[in-house]
Amino acid sequence: MTTLQVRDLVKNFTVRSAGGRTTLTAVDKVSFTLRSGETVALVGESGSGKSTIARILARLTSPSAGEIALDGQPLGTSRRALRGYRSEVQMVFQDPFSSLNPLHSVRYHLRRPLQVHGVAGDRASQEKGVAELLSRVHLGPAETIAARYPHELSGGQRQRIAIARALAPRPRVLLADEPVSMLDVSIRLEILNLIDELKRADDLAVLYITHDLATARYFASTIMVMYKGEIVESGPADDVILRPAHPYTRLLASAAPDPRNRLRRNAAAASVPAVRVSPAGRQDAGSHSGCRFRARCALATDACARRPPDFHAAPDHLVRCWNHAEHDSHATKERI
Amino acid sequence: MSDVVLSVEDLTVEYASANGPVRAVDGVSFELSRGEVLGIAGESGCGKSTLAHAITRLLRPPGTITGGTVHFQSDGQAVDVLGLDGEPLRLFRWQKIAMVFQSAMNALNPVLNVRRQLEDVLVDHEPGRSRAWRRARCRELLELVGIDVDRLSAYPHQLSGGMRQRVMIAMALALRPDVIVMDEPTTALDVVVQREILDEINRLREQFGFAVVLITHDLSLLLEISDRIAVMYGGRIVEYGPTGGMLDAPRHPYTVGLTASFPDLRGDRRPLAGIPGSPPDLSQPIEGCSFAPRCGHAFAPCAATAPALRAPATTPSADERMTVACHLYDPAEAPDGPPDALGKSLFNLTEVPQ
Amino acid sequence: MTAQPQALAMPRTRSRWIPRVRAPRKLVIGLSVCAFFLLIAAIGPLLVHNAAAISADRLAPPSAAHPLGTTNTGQDVLSQLIVGARGSMTVGLLAGVLIIVLSATVGIAGAMTGGLADEALSLLSNIFLVLPGLPLVILITDYIRAQGALPIAVIIAITGWAGSSRVIRAQTLSLRRRDYIDAARVTGEPAWRIMLFEVLPNLAPILASQFVFAMIGGILTEAGLAFLGLSNINTVTWGSMLYFAQNAQALSLDAWWWFAPPGLCISLVGAALALVNFGLDELINPRLRAATPVKRKGARS
Repeated sequence: MTTLQVRDLVKNFTVRSAGGRTTLTAVDKVSFTLRSGETVALVGESGSGKSTIARILARLTSPSAGEIALDGQPLGTSRRALRGYRSEVQMVFQDPFSSLNPLHSVRYHLRRPLQVHGVAGDRASQEKGVAELLSRVHLGPAETIAARYPHELSGGQRQRIAIARALAPRPRVLLADEPVSMLDVSIRLEILNLIDELKRADDLAVLYITHDLATARYFASTIMVMYKGEIVESGPADDVILRPAHPYTRLLASAAPDPRNRLRRNAAAASVPAVRVSPAGRQDAGSHSGCRFRARCALATDACARRPPDFHAAPDHLVRCWNHAEHDSHATKERI
Repeated sequence: MSDVVLSVEDLTVEYASANGPVRAVDGVSFELSRGEVLGIAGESGCGKSTLAHAITRLLRPPGTITGGTVHFQSDGQAVDVLGLDGEPLRLFRWQKIAMVFQSAMNALNPVLNVRRQLEDVLVDHEPGRSRAWRRARCRELLELVGIDVDRLSAYPHQLSGGMRQRVMIAMALALRPDVIVMDEPTTALDVVVQREILDEINRLREQFGFAVVLITHDLSLLLEISDRIAVMYGGRIVEYGPTGGMLDAPRHPYTVGLTASFPDLRGDRRPLAGIPGSPPDLSQPIEGCSFAPRCGHAFAPCAATAPALRAPATTPSADERMTVACHLYDPAEAPDGPPDALGKSLFNLTEVPQ
Repeated sequence: MTAQPQALAMPRTRSRWIPRVRAPRKLVIGLSVCAFFLLIAAIGPLLVHNAAAISADRLAPPSAAHPLGTTNTGQDVLSQLIVGARGSMTVGLLAGVLIIVLSATVGIAGAMTGGLADEALSLLSNIFLVLPGLPLVILITDYIRAQGALPIAVIIAITGWAGSSRVIRAQTLSLRRRDYIDAARVTGEPAWRIMLFEVLPNLAPILASQFVFAMIGGILTEAGLAFLGLSNINTVTWGSMLYFAQNAQALSLDAWWWFAPPGLCISLVGAALALVNFGLDELINPRLRAATPVKRKGARS
């Protein structure tokens, strides 16, 4: 069983604005574990830091602090260690258009990882490898598709190629950064089903990053909700969706379009928002003292001036909110 | 009974391309009543954006309207929108019908602040007014859409995506039009901001009584908030009617597939599938129904003739105004009626959400 | 479920990058004119016997013997024009090549390395950008006093590379952020391969257009230098023809056949190169192509 463990990950950016320099903490002490055969969903809005986490785990950028360990081994910095890591951990990007080089054929895109990671040495085995990858993502016939260029393929097909490319080194961890948000609605489920199928076939550990709660619930066993760099809630998918503990999760769940809300309106029941929805101002760097969600939270109390630790709403359901302090019999160690 | 404010009949729009004309919109007809929300659903390439630009006369070459009519009811008179030109067209646009575009960042002028952009609209259409009046109106508009008035001096890049979209809505409302066409107004926004904006639009609609044409690929959104829905595919409307009817029983195989593409957030788990294949390439002539290649229920007539939009013979609900473009609902072609898989509601509508 | 390989329902669309598309007219015209002059420059002088031969026909208007007339020393203008073509085009080409090599190296290196090195290289190019071009060229040519096309081309390159460098740097920076570069890194591609096989091919269009710009600049600067008498006067170029014509007061003597042809040639080559650039732009960015509107009665937008 493979595990990718992340502990207290931090990523800071220096933002130069008219007033001077400020430090933007995009990822603030995030911890989680990915395990073989499981999909973990990381849900959050844009600016929450979820894509930054993906980039850190893909080693496109280095963290400011924190530890990452693959199968218990911390990450090495040598070129060989990096190469080894990349053969185990791969990524699928959000934009199917720009994640493929427009000047290279599909064959080139799939051949290169096979060459780089020594999966196939000579021309013949590379061709076989390419054909195999194409059939795994249900694209065919192989010779025709392999000769195509990205702009000759549809969005869905391009994303399949991107997935095939990620699978070429035979990784054990797959990072999927919003893999379907730029695709047509009717194609999204196909791609997500494909990733699910591949996960089961290869026993992959999948990190599914999305802003869509609904697909997160269906495809992930665990959901982590991110807000402004922090994981504010995490637990089994159904629990987090059907019994959201954190006010932000409740806000997300109630804001999603749901045809059933029609009935609520027709029944003339005044819709009482679960949280106070305020006209959004410009994104500020966030209050570093206290709970980050405080400004938008209708359930905020004076206690929220201090950063809350993680409490348990249920044995495996963590929530970072003072409102759950009393219910928690085994509070985790407080972190500031 | 609400009266019709906009009626579109048999509208056809073609784009010139290297391969010959591409029919982006093919014989589309619908009616919009006062104060109503009409949702137009469809994916990329179905022609919905082209349709929006055509009705507001904002089409750019190489797109041209090659057929059909658009009529607007103004002060008891029917105005032929496609026949307008020059000054009457300029006055018509924005005073009677306004548009909110998909990407506010692209639609707002990056070098003008918010006040200037709002004032531009007022200067153009209400030239006789004083500057003080315009200032007051700008403040009013921002308050209407829930933006702090000190944002008047801000530039578009200083505002968040949600605020920019609100500014666009304020601009659209500036002259109190009768119809507002919104082309994917919230697609680029977070779901929370989307909810706020849509609530805002609803509130304003109740206050001022304008009608809304809401174009989006998010069918579940339309099922929630619109009064009537038109589902577009390959440049044609394939299903059209009151939302209630569509919720009760989506009929067209594409509509069924589309509603099944959105996993239910709180409902029971069910096997999920998208629609295999991809949208048609409109530059190639299509024989028969454009959805047939992807349709799991296609049969003999589908490859031969394109089905016309008609009310299905067997309508479970007593609503006569549901129309479907599918041979399965034509008693002449399919005497046994449509298969059981179609026409079933996917939502358990008896349970009210918490 | 779709267990079978997904059949290609999409017909093959026209390629955008590989020129299977009908080339834009501007590009064809521009390239044709350039090719014409390049041909003249290459083989013309081999067919001309002696451009410097003086004759007794001083300042004669065009005639059968001298289709473009003669200069004030009786030299045949047409022969000079043909030899001058080689001179001018050579300098232009050399300057173009040198500028592109210099600016691409600095621009790409800066954009790819980032940080302090990038700042330093940017500073360097900004300094050169700010230095007054023509006076610098004049100074250096005066100082060097070397013979031949290459030194002139080098001097033009040194003074004119900075602008292209900024453009190339900007484009490289934008390319660097594309997902496929990140994807190549995640695949495990080494940095040099990414540079050579992912970034550089996508820079080709901008490098091509900057090369054309540089060539235009080279030809015009050389003409300017020669006209001012600062260039090497042993080689005939269009610019030097203008210099001599000016000295001999051909304008006031109405000897249009002496100064009009070289001036026209410079303009034509410049215009042709500009057309090539526009054509390249259209080829790369399909949105710039003017589409023929559907002509129907009563059709409106």
